[in-house]
Amino acid sequence: MRIKPKVGVVSCSGECCGLGTLSRIATRLVLEELRSSQTVTICLPLFLAGEAEEHGFAKKYPTIEVDGCGKLCAKKAITKYSKEPAAGVNVEAILKEWNVEPPKNRRIFDENDMKMARRLAELLAIKVDEMRKAY
Amino acid sequence: MILKKSVLVIPCSGIGKPFGSIARDATFCVCDELRSGKADTLCLFLLVMSDEEARHKVASSKCITIDGCPLACSRNNIERSGGKVAAEFRVMDLLRENRDLKPRTVTFLDEDGEKLSKMLAEKIAAKVDELWEESD
Repeated sequence: MRIKPKVGVVSCSGECCGLGTLSRIATRLVLEELRSSQTVTICLPLFLAGEAEEHGFAKKYPTIEVDGCGKLCAKKAITKYSKEPAAGVNVEAILKEWNVEPPKNRRIFDENDMKMARRLAELLAIKVDEMRKAY
Repeated sequence: MILKKSVLVIPCSGIGKPFGSIARDATFCVCDELRSGKADTLCLFLLVMSDEEARHKVASSKCITIDGCPLACSRNNIERSGGKVAAEFRVMDLLRENRDLKPRTVTFLDEDGEKLSKMLAEKIAAKVDELWEESD
């Protein structure tokens, strides 16, 4: 018998703009609503501040990085301190593909921003399913 | 005219518990509303990843760290990056002072989370004023 591992979903939560908030909310929607029993997360700054347990995160859980912008901090950090993420999304690039404007406010989301967050969360949930299927 | 540098307010943005969300929300409230123009923030993880611009900004600014939990990721990472912490706030301290408030949600703050965020934002704003006044 094999036990399917939970999937790690790690968001950049960048504070500079609304893209970080969007990444964070979409990640939380996956963790709380869409795939609550199949996913786990970790605070990204803990990868550096943490120790063996934190650094082993991506080795223990196949991980999806959720990066707000093209700087790809989450991807670089997870790769550097743990293991290359199994999958990832660049939210800024995805919004361009969808031809939608990023959120203007980093603190308060309007209805359109929330639709965007939910759409992004659904995309992440599909990735979670694909990764679990592969096991 | 001498232009003063904004005070940097840097939250941990922890994602596992409400405390990181409170730190983040209070920071945005200060930077975007209460002390817009006097306070600014930056991506903590850009700094963690040794981004030159972020390191320079931190090294040349007065920094206030806002941490959700005792692991103090914001403070630790600022110090590791060569920055000096001028002041620090911890959401856990605020919770100890307000034991009747029990924030439970992470994605969007509940009523208690919003109350704590507002209190924290006011404390941060007062500290921003103090550090701003001390600036040359």
